[in-house]
Order: sequence, then structure tokens, then C-alpha cells
Amino acid sequence: MSFADMLTQIIDTILTTFTDVLPIAAILFGFQFAVIRKPLPNLGRVLAGFAWVLVGLSLFLIGLEWALFPLGRLMAQQLTDPVFLSGGEAVVELVWSDYYWVYLFAFFIGFATTIAEPSLIAVAIKANEVSGGSIGIWGLRLSVALGVAIGISLGCYRIVVGDPIHWYIIAGYVVVVIQTMFAPKMITPLAYDSGGVTTSTVTVPLVAALGLGLAETVPGRNPIIDGFGLIAFASLFPIMSVMAYAQISLWFGAKK
Amino acid sequence: MVKTLVTLFKFMLGSIRDLAPIIMVILFFQLVVIQQPLPNVGQLLLGVLFVLLGLTFFIHGLEQGLFPIGESMAHAFARKGSVGWLLTFAFCLGFGTTVAEPALIAVAAEAARVAAAGDLIGSTQVAMDSYAQGLRMSVALSVGIAILLGVLRILKGWPLQWFIIGGYVLVVVMTIFAPVEIIGIAYDSGGVTTSTITVPLVTALGVGLASSIKGRNPMIDGFGLIALASLNPMIFVMAYGMVML
Repeated sequence: MSFADMLTQIIDTILTTFTDVLPIAAILFGFQFAVIRKPLPNLGRVLAGFAWVLVGLSLFLIGLEWALFPLGRLMAQQLTDPVFLSGGEAVVELVWSDYYWVYLFAFFIGFATTIAEPSLIAVAIKANEVSGGSIGIWGLRLSVALGVAIGISLGCYRIVVGDPIHWYIIAGYVVVVIQTMFAPKMITPLAYDSGGVTTSTVTVPLVAALGLGLAETVPGRNPIIDGFGLIAFASLFPIMSVMAYAQISLWFGAKK
Repeated sequence: MVKTLVTLFKFMLGSIRDLAPIIMVILFFQLVVIQQPLPNVGQLLLGVLFVLLGLTFFIHGLEQGLFPIGESMAHAFARKGSVGWLLTFAFCLGFGTTVAEPALIAVAAEAARVAAAGDLIGSTQVAMDSYAQGLRMSVALSVGIAILLGVLRILKGWPLQWFIIGGYVLVVVMTIFAPVEIIGIAYDSGGVTTSTITVPLVTALGVGLASSIKGRNPMIDGFGLIALASLNPMIFVMAYGMVML
């Protein structure tokens, strides 16, 4: 790609991004002037902030296009390459267990990105306060990270074997509902929220690309039907693991 | 100027921390497991740098512009003002923040590309853009409604579980009727929506609301908005699929 191409792409992206940021700007200014009816303090600062948002969002989207999407796809292709999997020998029919590197990669990506997630740390600290210390901060973080890791690897397994996604998700819902009945009442809203917050802006595109790449390279899979769903798994499993962890730690706390 | 640079550097560290685990896992697999040269290393590195800078500028801009007014407004509406305005604001906040959510923009474009490759929609740029736009609008609409419902729930003190379980039942029912091509992306859209912009503003609204109403525990009532905001998009995107595909 030439430098001029890059420049046009950057300018194009900034222009489209402008329309993305416009609604939130219109809403905030609209409410400020129409309903609250006070002049905005620090108007210059706020406008500068919007300019930063515009440039940042554009750069981020271009970076995704150039780095995170290709990387996720490339990893999926290389890890499912029959030549790589069979160690260079004659290519034989592959079964789901031959794709173990993919599951391992998915597990590591899920675990590594979640354990350092700032919003998860905040949730863990709050859960610790609410439970009077019986829910440990590190224990909760570990269990959520494990939940995401297992969720994404299970999602990769599903793409490889091509099962319909809704059976997995519905089974997960049933588990969540049963857990809700027994889990301490304090923890349920936190657990539900943790499902949404654990997947960060950087993780989502990479994981989405991984799933699509898998569905494109595993024989017999259709990207439209099989390629999505990893993010859904990554948001469902932490709900279970947070409630499970809270239950187990309260249970041990009561036994002492 | 110096102060700006210092805060930018601080956010840069945050972005590096977000990105570092991914890079490390990928590098480990590339060097130890796959052992093959990466194609286009130059563009990949430039892309990573752009992601890093972009995320840094983006978050810096949010902290400067959006978050202060968003949060003070959320508190102002939560403390006083009519229920009607509060609900309108809740809807607009959910809608507006979701439209600008970076992960959603990226995933919707990717979904349009895949749908075009699979002959589900026309493969022109216009058809792809309108499909991606439709996806994003249905998600944004659903998040707006979710926040509105969540605020109403906090005001009335209804238990969150019933909303979640009711939502799950709706998701299951919709799954039966929705075209199979939309189900995966619909399930994913729940997790995609709630990240950089939406979570801080919506949490501010919820906690501000719960702490300003007597007899409400911010812990139990303040949270749960995000949960609704990640459940509702699944239902709406499936509905979008039923209408469009």
C-alpha cells in the first residue's frame, strides 16, 4: 500500500467517523441547552475532547483493519493449516481433537486479556466490599478469566465441529437461571454485569476475526453461520463463573 | 501542554496494558508453535501502533469532553427533573453511546463483509454499508430501550432477575424464528456493545440514580443496566434479521 493510499484511507475514515460521533454530541448538547438550560462550563475543553475522540476513533479503526483483524485471521489459518497440524506428513482427514492448538490459543487469549482488564478489577474490588471480604479479589479475577478462557475455547470447538450455537447458549442460560436461584442475592447483578464488561474494545475485534478465520479455513464451515458466537461465549461464561465463585467462597466461609 | 502530554502518556500506558497480553500470546504462538514468518510485518506493526495511538487519543478525548458532561448530566437527571425527561435521557444516552462504540463499528463492518461474501446481501459497497448501518442502528435502538427499561426498573425497584430471565426466554423464542444466518452475529452483538463509551456513562447513571432514591442499595440497583444492555441487542438483531434476510 502506498503512502497516498494510506492517507486517503485515513481521511475517509475520519469523515465516516464524524457521523458516528455526531449522535452522542447532538444528544449531550441538545439536553444541555434544551433541558438543563445552563451554559456549558469549559466549552473549549469539551470541543477539544470531541476532536480527540474523532481522531482517536479513526486511527483505532484503521489500526484494526491493518493489524488486529489480519492477525486474528492469520492465527486461525496458520493454526488450522493441515500441513502444520500433521507435521508435514501426508494430509489425513482431520477430526476435532486435531485442532488442539486453536483451543489452546483461544484459551490463552481469553485468559490473558481478561486478567488485566481494568473494569474487571473494579468489579472484583466492589464484590469484595459487598461480601464483607468473603469473596477474594484475586479469586474472582481468576475465576472470571478462566470463565472467558474456557468460553472462547469452547466456542472454537463449536466452530470446528459446526454445532448450532443456540444449543450451547440456551444450555448456558439454563445454568445461569439455576445458579441465580441459589447464589447470594448481592452478587447476581454484579455477575450479570461482569458478562458484558469483560470483553474489551481490543479483545472483541481480535476474537471476532479468530472465529471468522476458523470458519473460513475448517472444511465444511460457513462463516456466516459458524463464524460468529465467540464473543457471546466470552460474555456468558463469566456470569456463571462469578456466581459459582461467590457460591463456593460463601459456602466455605460458612463452614469455618 | 505538558499536562496534556502527561495525561496522554498515562492513557497510553493503559492502552499498552490492554494490548500487551494479546501481543504476547500471539508472539509466543508465532515464535514457538507456528514458526513461520509473518507476512506484511510493516503494515501489521503500523496497525498496532495506530490501535495504540487511536485508543489513547480516544480515551483522552472521552475523559476531556464526553465523560464530564455525560456524568454530571446523568447525576443531574437522576437527582431531580421529571421522570419523563429522565427516561428520554436514558434512552438517548444508550442510543448515542452505542452508535459511537468502536468495537461495534468494527464488528458490524466485518459482518457485512461476510454476509456479502456469502451472497446473503449484494456485494456492492452500498449494500454492505447499509447492512452494517442497519445492524448498528438495531443494536443502538435496543441498548437505548434497555437503558430506559433498566432506569424504570431502578425507579420502581423491580427485581433484575425477572428482566434477565424474561429476556432469556425471549432470546430463545426469537432463535426459533430468526434466520440461521443472523443468530451468531445476534448473540455476539450483546457482548460487543458494552465497552469503552457505554459502560462508564451508563454506570454513572445507574449508581447516581440508585444512590439518590431512598431505600435503594446502589450495589443491587445501580448495576444491572449493563446486563440489560447486553441482553436486549440479541433480541433486536434477530428481529432485524427476520425483517431483512
